[in-house]
Amino acid sequence: MFGNILIWFVIIPIIMMAGLGICRNSSMNAIRGVMTVCSTALLALAIWLCVWFLDLRAAGETAEMLFTESWTWYEPLNINIAVGVDGISVLMIMLSAIIVFAGVFASWKISPLPKNFFLWFALLSTGVFGFFISIDIFTMFMFYEVALIPMYLLIGVWGTGRKEYSAMKLTLMLMGGSAFLMLGLLGIYWHSGPEGNLTWNILEISRNASIDPSWQRLLFCLTFVGFGVLGAMFPFHTWSPDGHACAPTAVSMLHAGVLMKLGGYGCFRIAIYLLPQAANELAWIFIILTGISVVYGAFSACVQTDLKYINAYSSVSHCGMVLFAILMLTQTAMTGAILQMLSHGLMTALFFALIGMIYGRTHTRDIRQMGGLMKIMPYLGVCYMIAGFASLGLPGLSGFVAEMTIFVGSFQHTDMFHRCFVIAGTCSIVITAVYILRVVGKLLLGPVQDEHHLQLTDATWFERFSTVTLIVAIAGIGCFPNWINETIQHSFVPIIQSITQAAI
Amino acid sequence: MDITLPILILAIPITMFLILGIGGVKMSRKMAGVLGILGMGTTMTLAYIVAFTYFFSGDSAFIADGIRQQLAVFDATWLAFTDKLVVNIGFLLDPISAMMLVVITTISFMVHLYSWGYMEHEPGFQRYYAFLSLFSFSMLGLVVATNIFQMYIFWELVGVSSYLLIGFFYKLPSAVSASKKAFIVTRFADLGFLIGILLLSFYTNTFNFLDLTHNPELALASTGGATFMGASVLTWALVLIYVGGMGKSAMMPLHIWLPDAMEGPTPVSALIHAATMVVAGVYLVARMFPLYLVEEAALTFITCVGAITAFYAAVVACCQIDIKRILAFSTISQIAFMMVTLGVARPDLHDGMGYMASMFHLFTHAMFKALLFLGAGALIHAVHSNNYTEMGGLRKYMPITHWTFLIGCLAIAGIWPFAGFFSKDEMLAAMFANNTLWGAWMTMVAGLTAFYMFRMYFMVFWWEENPHYKEHKPHDAPWQMSLPLIILAAVSCVAGFIPFGELVTWNGAPYHIRIEPQVATTSLIVAAFGIGLAAWLYMKKNSKPAAMKNAMPVLWKAANKRFYWDEIYMFITHKIIFNIICKSIAWFDRHVIDATMDGFAKVSQRTSVAIKGMQSGSIQSYVLWYFFGAVVLAAITWICLL
Repeated sequence: MFGNILIWFVIIPIIMMAGLGICRNSSMNAIRGVMTVCSTALLALAIWLCVWFLDLRAAGETAEMLFTESWTWYEPLNINIAVGVDGISVLMIMLSAIIVFAGVFASWKISPLPKNFFLWFALLSTGVFGFFISIDIFTMFMFYEVALIPMYLLIGVWGTGRKEYSAMKLTLMLMGGSAFLMLGLLGIYWHSGPEGNLTWNILEISRNASIDPSWQRLLFCLTFVGFGVLGAMFPFHTWSPDGHACAPTAVSMLHAGVLMKLGGYGCFRIAIYLLPQAANELAWIFIILTGISVVYGAFSACVQTDLKYINAYSSVSHCGMVLFAILMLTQTAMTGAILQMLSHGLMTALFFALIGMIYGRTHTRDIRQMGGLMKIMPYLGVCYMIAGFASLGLPGLSGFVAEMTIFVGSFQHTDMFHRCFVIAGTCSIVITAVYILRVVGKLLLGPVQDEHHLQLTDATWFERFSTVTLIVAIAGIGCFPNWINETIQHSFVPIIQSITQAAI
Repeated sequence: MDITLPILILAIPITMFLILGIGGVKMSRKMAGVLGILGMGTTMTLAYIVAFTYFFSGDSAFIADGIRQQLAVFDATWLAFTDKLVVNIGFLLDPISAMMLVVITTISFMVHLYSWGYMEHEPGFQRYYAFLSLFSFSMLGLVVATNIFQMYIFWELVGVSSYLLIGFFYKLPSAVSASKKAFIVTRFADLGFLIGILLLSFYTNTFNFLDLTHNPELALASTGGATFMGASVLTWALVLIYVGGMGKSAMMPLHIWLPDAMEGPTPVSALIHAATMVVAGVYLVARMFPLYLVEEAALTFITCVGAITAFYAAVVACCQIDIKRILAFSTISQIAFMMVTLGVARPDLHDGMGYMASMFHLFTHAMFKALLFLGAGALIHAVHSNNYTEMGGLRKYMPITHWTFLIGCLAIAGIWPFAGFFSKDEMLAAMFANNTLWGAWMTMVAGLTAFYMFRMYFMVFWWEENPHYKEHKPHDAPWQMSLPLIILAAVSCVAGFIPFGELVTWNGAPYHIRIEPQVATTSLIVAAFGIGLAAWLYMKKNSKPAAMKNAMPVLWKAANKRFYWDEIYMFITHKIIFNIICKSIAWFDRHVIDATMDGFAKVSQRTSVAIKGMQSGSIQSYVLWYFFGAVVLAAITWICLL
């Protein structure tokens, strides 16, 4: 069992938790040590997995999923712990590892109860990694829930502002989504194959293709809405602004950076891949909803005054773009969706990290009370600008690559409906520029608003370390996108095949 | 051609940007300045070598049977959307890109040198040089683009460099808002560009310029006659792409950012907002010219927009008092000249001379406009104000600036033998060849140009001395600033004699420039009239200008306020989009959607409060409920059985 590299992505966070358990509550250094070692190990493992995967592919390994393995967990219901990755999951694991790594450094000085904080943080990571390596729907769902629950405590205990309200709202809305999801997944299971030969395994379900169209429609709506809630789809997005605004820095990073990607990932891996016929028929409904998300989130962000609200709404817009692109059902657009997930994950994590650092100094997140911070903390200011430029799609940073792939891919549909929505989607690049430059102008440039801010200091070494990690990744994708692009495109081949077959 | 030089031309500026941007904080000013200037100097030398090799080596790769060839020196895959739609990063060498290499590196080098003096005491000197390098890199990448997507990439990058440089004095709110405005207006235009690219590439299935322009009919055929709202899809695509060009080149109604962009340091205005970036729109149309030729509707659109803009900007320039704004409007007007010339160019009229004339003017304009801006910078440096009302009689105090500025003014007014005369003559000839209307209209604009330029010249250097000079005597700038002025003035004197038609034409075949006596005479007379009028009004202090202003107060005020374009935009963006659309969406989100979600929570809470009393724990009430239930069930059964 331990010979499989993938299972280690779940074991390391568990070791992390065990290690934290041994640490004394007061010994900050021991806690930091455990976190640093384990998150570095995760990052190293993710890089190794990535290289290994690409090597295998280059050597002509053509199987849909690599490193597959399955262990029986509960025989009567055919539940297995089945793992396996394709290019997309590898990249998602990579993204999660980077953000967990940066998140540890961003919460270097968390208080109170650092040990408990990191325990929940580690549990959250377990859920995230477990979700991405699973190819058994049941285990996938289990890990999904494991990732969601710690959020309640992380926000409720370590948050700021109206934290109890927000924590409750976030948890209830996501649990509501899970309820839909649960129904959908059960439905998929009961139709997954011939009588007496039911399965939870994604690959097998897709191969059997035995779910009849009328059921598909219902199940598609259930699963897409279920995952869509986590992907902040309009009108189920309102947990996001409140939740992000109250969450502590590292949690915002992990949540916006990785957890929201679970939604998008689930949407194509389960809703679209397993229910292709319904996806072809019903995509238009969700295109409308996600299309609204894209523009609506951007417009809402324009008038917010709290830094975290601005980024939360901007996330609604960018994550809307992910789902929007997935629903276009063309290979290029879906590739763009994954690129956008990576790009948005890194960039929002950077944003939230920086907001946390700025908030830790100025003790306000209201842009009307700040100004001219570029002069006071040039390092953080420059990083914020880089994050902003990534967000508004500056070439050379990741956002541009993702958005352009999405637009080019979505434009392959020639009918008026798709064209109109794509053009509406492209409008978001202008609105994004408006709100990003508004924030940059008010927060960083102009005269200093508050005399007290003049005494503030610039970033410390661990803050620099955390941000540099993310910036390097953002610029890396932005400057050399093609290998990632090819990896993703290749992984989409079977999914596109099942969609086109269903269309006939 | 060896690929080392082209790669170095792009690599040196970006490396310089990274070195100065990351290491600049720890570097002395002198070090940063020297590094920046050396880097740009090397790039310029390399660009000259490449351009001269291209034009004069006679290599068969560059010129075959007397026709100049287009070739991609290198072309590497950057991102493959699909099998066909592949974005490359490459280096395209053809007459116009070689010419632009020379223009950009020359002006950029002059500006690097000039800034050493001009920015000497400004904080953030290292950052300034880093941004200049970033801009140079982006602009060079833009002109050598092998495909339209590469152009879009660098198009965005120049936009950001321009944003960073306009907002260089970031503590001034006016600079911050000007930079924001510039970026957002051009971004809006780029939206058109992007949709245009999507449309064009969808039908033609390629981004590559050479594929598109070598066989424009094929592009037309690929659309299969699809139309939208009465115009063919290709027309739409080309017009939308041109909208991107309108944004960058400040054509009406997207011109509003350029005058405000003058908030940036003056050398930046010379480099970006006079000589290089703002002509990107012209360059874009020139690059795709064969495609535009198949869709004459798009060319007509370009001509009309250009003609209106040229006239509008010239009128506004007559009524400004800020010398940089006057130059900005003059830039808008001159770029519109180039646009109109491209719009009227046809292969059958004078062998497509319009294209050549437009590029010729682009070249000469870059030289003398940069000269004028740098001269304006020297003036501002001396008197610490942008307004000519604070100047006057400066010719005695600043002889070098005076003479070089005069040369610039004569060049832009189109007086023989300065550079502007030759290019303007070719442009007007091309317009007259197409239609007398365009020719006459633009001749009038040329007359206005001469008038407002000399109005400024006389107000600054003649008129009446400002009394403040006694306390603070203005003087010529240091050598780092004077040297570029002298060099550019020398270029402006001789650039007209370059046999431009032999080098740059629309199809690569040489064109022998000949002066059209009729057109030349007319334009000279009109220009001389404009200068004479300006001299009569402004040479000596008198009351005529004030009387004129009072004679038509409404027109003067409207022109001074730039015909209220900014107010209109302010109204639309602030009042309508921001206050009505954005605020109502935010309100809707909080009070309708979020309230609905909260409503669900409240309803379940209330329900639970309401029914929790039933779980009272008292056996009596349970018994009561039990009997009540039993009775109801019995009643139902009874009714059913009946």
